[in-house]
Amino acid sequence: MGLLGRLLAGEITVKGSDTLVVLAQRWAETYMAGHPGTRIQVTGGGTGTGFAALQNQTTDICTASRRMKARELETCIRTFRKRPAEHAVAMDGLSVYVNPSNPVRELSLEDLREVFTGRITNWRDLGGADAPITLYSRESSSGTYEFFKDRVLSGRDFAPTTQTLQGTAQVIQAVGQDRQGIGYGGAAYGSGTKTLGIARTRGGMAVEPNEKTVHSGEYPVSRYLYCYVNPSTDRPEITDFLGWIRGPEGQSLVRDVGYYPLPVRRD
Amino acid sequence: MGLRRGHRARPGEWIIEKLIQAVGLSTIGLMVLILVFVGREALPVLMGRINTALVQPILPSKEIDSIPRDALRSYLELSRSQFEGMDRETLMAMMEAREEGFRDIPESFRADPDATVNTADWRRLLLPRQWTGYSRPEFVWQPVGTIHKYNLVPLLVGSLKVTLMGLLFAVPLSLGAALYVSQLAPVRFREWIKPMIELLAGIPSVVLGVFCLLVLSGVLQSFFGYQFRLNALVAGIGLGLTAVPLIFTIAEDSFTSVPRGYVQASLSLGASPWQAAWQIVLPSAMPGVVAAMILGFGRCLGETMVVLMASGNASMLSWSLFDSTRSMTATIAAEMAEAVSGGGHYRMLFLLGTLLFAISFVTHLIGDQIVRRLRRRLGGMA
Repeated sequence: MGLLGRLLAGEITVKGSDTLVVLAQRWAETYMAGHPGTRIQVTGGGTGTGFAALQNQTTDICTASRRMKARELETCIRTFRKRPAEHAVAMDGLSVYVNPSNPVRELSLEDLREVFTGRITNWRDLGGADAPITLYSRESSSGTYEFFKDRVLSGRDFAPTTQTLQGTAQVIQAVGQDRQGIGYGGAAYGSGTKTLGIARTRGGMAVEPNEKTVHSGEYPVSRYLYCYVNPSTDRPEITDFLGWIRGPEGQSLVRDVGYYPLPVRRD
Repeated sequence: MGLRRGHRARPGEWIIEKLIQAVGLSTIGLMVLILVFVGREALPVLMGRINTALVQPILPSKEIDSIPRDALRSYLELSRSQFEGMDRETLMAMMEAREEGFRDIPESFRADPDATVNTADWRRLLLPRQWTGYSRPEFVWQPVGTIHKYNLVPLLVGSLKVTLMGLLFAVPLSLGAALYVSQLAPVRFREWIKPMIELLAGIPSVVLGVFCLLVLSGVLQSFFGYQFRLNALVAGIGLGLTAVPLIFTIAEDSFTSVPRGYVQASLSLGASPWQAAWQIVLPSAMPGVVAAMILGFGRCLGETMVVLMASGNASMLSWSLFDSTRSMTATIAAEMAEAVSGGGHYRMLFLLGTLLFAISFVTHLIGDQIVRRLRRRLGGMA
């Protein structure tokens, strides 16, 4: 069914980030219940896949757990002749998990960097037991991986021994089974493991991720989640849906799924 | 029909024959098309026409009017028709996007000697390099991040390691089963054990993957006590399980097709059934056994889901079975979704695909030669 068909049916397609797929489905269900004339289809596949679909005009809205890269922006401008519109839709505080039996309760950003780049390899150096550290990471295709690499590792490489797993649920499962394990992922999934407090500097105050600390910026590893729209195929129902997402009703669902709503002072 | 022969006599058969021929040829055509598609995407890397250096020269958007049009077109990588169709504003927006990309490079990376290195150069793909922050030259596959590192060696080693582990597990198991089923097992027993083993082929590899991930990994870890729960051993055993029915079926067929006379002759000369199976049937069926192993190799090398789930996917260069491993197939599956279409990473993944094809093509070619030579030798013996 072409663009015209979708237009007539009042259908909106949403594609992109796997981080956002559950939330987007909730948004779609709730919105459709209140707006019987609109049909919304949500699929995941990854942020990059979503951007490619936006560029091929096979999706109306692209959800993204990272901002569009210059390279993707360029390809979009090449096809649309305009910049795609970017809307922040939620916030996420990245959590760092360890096994519940691990005595370590908090780490500084610097400790995390040393651990994940392979300079610190034993829990003894962090105040834990004398045991090697096993690193669990998300797959490099996830926006979460990239965000962690940029923000926590300052762009340096993960240690080659880092195991990459398919999705946050797998990271949690692995850390839950592995006494020496450490992993990271979205705040939405943190059960069965222990979430560490993170301090900006060594010896600084460690902060747990919650709505207050994420909004105030006290929690050092938080990010925005986005929706991108092609400006030349924008339609009233898409604008309305996005407005609804960013409004009180959409934002209250964000909390249910485990992410953080946008801070109120943003428009 | 009398003496009239050929298609004139039976037009119906002629049509069927041509239809089957067309189907057969189209399969070959399809394979060629796939190879062309995959190869084409990887070609710019092979030709060295791609530059993935982090810092690239920037033309300032303010000077848009003073830049020669041809220089601007090649700078923005536009085709002639694309370029003609664009107004000044669009070109400006593209140049600004380029500049933003440059501004987004963290300060600490701009002066980094790695920032101007073309990471898609063949030397970077195959030889170790001492990147900033590393204490010695290393083979690094870290395709996402500020500096994209595309060294293929850890993935090649990873793929070969799990494949060989898979064969190590599957070949003795399936050859033993095949020899037993075809030569030693009582007939009634054989009738149900053969389909049972072949039924293994019906288990989806994702189910085997989950089994390895959740059950096998824990059992093996508590048995051996190694650090990495997911590693080449677990993935190799999973791969072996996917290859067992394939190797078993082909080997069993070739054991069964050894003329009964060979076995009967050796039995009548006083050999035990075991001696006949081991010393007569196995050597005579060697071409089939080799063919089975080659196909098993291809199956293990190409299998994706089991490795993706059970190997831990750490791109470390190591031959140890107890270390986590990243294979080429798992890399393609895991990273393709996020690779910027047409970018360096995307082309690297296609290069991996081409490499996989090349490896399995060469293996089959060598295998075919071995099988031929064995056949010739056996023919001389008979």
